[in-house]
Amino acid sequence: MKIAVCVKHVPESQSKRLDPATKRLDRSGEGALNAFDANAIEEGLRLKEAAGEGEVVLVSLGPERALDSLRKGLAMGADRAVLVSDAAAEGSDLVATSRALATALEREQADVILFGQQSSDSDGAVLWAAVADRLQRPFVSQAAELTVSDGAARVKRQTEFGYDVIEAPLPAVVAVSDAINEPRYPSLKGIMGAKKKPQETLDASALQLDGSQLGEAGSETQVLALSDPPARGDTVKIEDDGSAAEKIVEFLAGKRLV
Amino acid sequence: MSILVFLEHHGGELQRNALGVLSKAASLGDEVHGVLIGSGVRALAPRAGAYGAAKVHVADDQSLEAPLPQPRVDVIAQLVRDGGYATVLFGQSVLAADIAAALAARLEAGLNWDLVDVVQQDGTLVGKRPALQDTVYVDVGWKSEPRIALFRSGTFDPKETGGDAQVEDVNADVQEFSKAATMIEQAHAESEGPSIEDADVIVAGGRGLGGPENFKLVEELAQALGGAVGATRAVVDAGWYPYSTQVGQTGKTVAPKLYIACGISGAIQHKVGMQSSGVIVAINKDPNAPIFEFSDLGVVGDAHQVVPKLTELVKQRRGS
Repeated sequence: MKIAVCVKHVPESQSKRLDPATKRLDRSGEGALNAFDANAIEEGLRLKEAAGEGEVVLVSLGPERALDSLRKGLAMGADRAVLVSDAAAEGSDLVATSRALATALEREQADVILFGQQSSDSDGAVLWAAVADRLQRPFVSQAAELTVSDGAARVKRQTEFGYDVIEAPLPAVVAVSDAINEPRYPSLKGIMGAKKKPQETLDASALQLDGSQLGEAGSETQVLALSDPPARGDTVKIEDDGSAAEKIVEFLAGKRLV
Repeated sequence: MSILVFLEHHGGELQRNALGVLSKAASLGDEVHGVLIGSGVRALAPRAGAYGAAKVHVADDQSLEAPLPQPRVDVIAQLVRDGGYATVLFGQSVLAADIAAALAARLEAGLNWDLVDVVQQDGTLVGKRPALQDTVYVDVGWKSEPRIALFRSGTFDPKETGGDAQVEDVNADVQEFSKAATMIEQAHAESEGPSIEDADVIVAGGRGLGGPENFKLVEELAQALGGAVGATRAVVDAGWYPYSTQVGQTGKTVAPKLYIACGISGAIQHKVGMQSSGVIVAINKDPNAPIFEFSDLGVVGDAHQVVPKLTELVKQRRGS
């Protein structure tokens, strides 16, 4: 069984900022593997272990530095990594990113394509659907349990209303929730071995994409301006001296909420 | 140019979230149509007129009963191509997000998500999106049509303005790969009282309540206020309360008129899901809990003491 896991290298949360000039996320600082993607890698490894054979390949779109995050996935146990990296791809929105990833995934012909549930930088939680539509494959999101047998993926997933069980024939795209598993820590041996595992970097031309299909040129959305969020009013903080409940009711009554 | 709004429904009712987006679309001044997809749903269509839809396209077929995204993408893509819609709007949900993103790829269209507003500016639409844990607002635009947008859940209140909508059947060709995923089983918990996305008041509990048995206190206060119960990720992970009530980054984003947080520290994971609430009241023993930084009224105290008293006072006030 061949499993592809799509992962993203994201800026460290402490240093996240928008560049006022480009109005884009500043990606120049330290980065790390998107935490939600570790759940997808873990699930890919478990699928391979359950099948007793197979390959887990990581696929990412990002700057050269994204190799650091891919190596973390390799240290966890993935077999190889493919990074699509091209200066022309900077600032890609959903249509451009899904175009590049789908093209890279087309080469892999994986039975199962996994995604994490969201990216922690752009709070995007939709990429799988765009990629699956381009690949014309079934997809299921919010997977809380995933099993693969008899050529089909069976997914128990969370929605606003409860649980669904959905079955999709392979090849299929599945986005896992972070409730699905507890990602393993890379072992020392895994970390040592990661550097030697195959790591391929592809530019746009290797995927037969031209610059107009990627980055801002290939995007259909744009950032126009940045502004401060509307301020909240003053906050009032009181200590409970036994009368806090009365004070809350008084406060709510003042705002016509009770 | 006209706007198409996805009319999500559940349990035989149009979702409040979708109706809010419909009302917002109608306020933009363009002609607004809705699209309703499912099995046995035609009767719901005219009601959308009250919230501003001039016309509702209905794809009503047994094969569309399960709330799966891919057949819905085919229906909407065909409508956009045939009807020339310049804009397609969705209220956030698991289903709507999946449809919107696949539709964007299908139509090579721009999708802006997590929007809290959209305005007409210089003859085009501009969306407002909070970013980086809502510390900055980003104005986002579309470079081409159709424009696709997903709004944060609960962003707009539905407003009854019009009459009945004209109903038009649509027979869309569903692609083979769109039929591949099938629903095997649905276990949808029927919760009592309003669901958290529709509620004007949410009383939420966190780990500070000490144990699942103490959620009773939160439930009683919610009931007294006519509201719904919410929970934090920590509490849901611990199995104290169901996922369907989870508020936060990996749960629901809510914006009730009143949010009462009981024993909740206010971690970012939770904050992003509720900070758009109208009025936030927090009760927490820890004076340094981050939740006090974005509460309108913070009470440093024991939720076990304060909440039952508050419930009694609210009941007295409401004469029940």
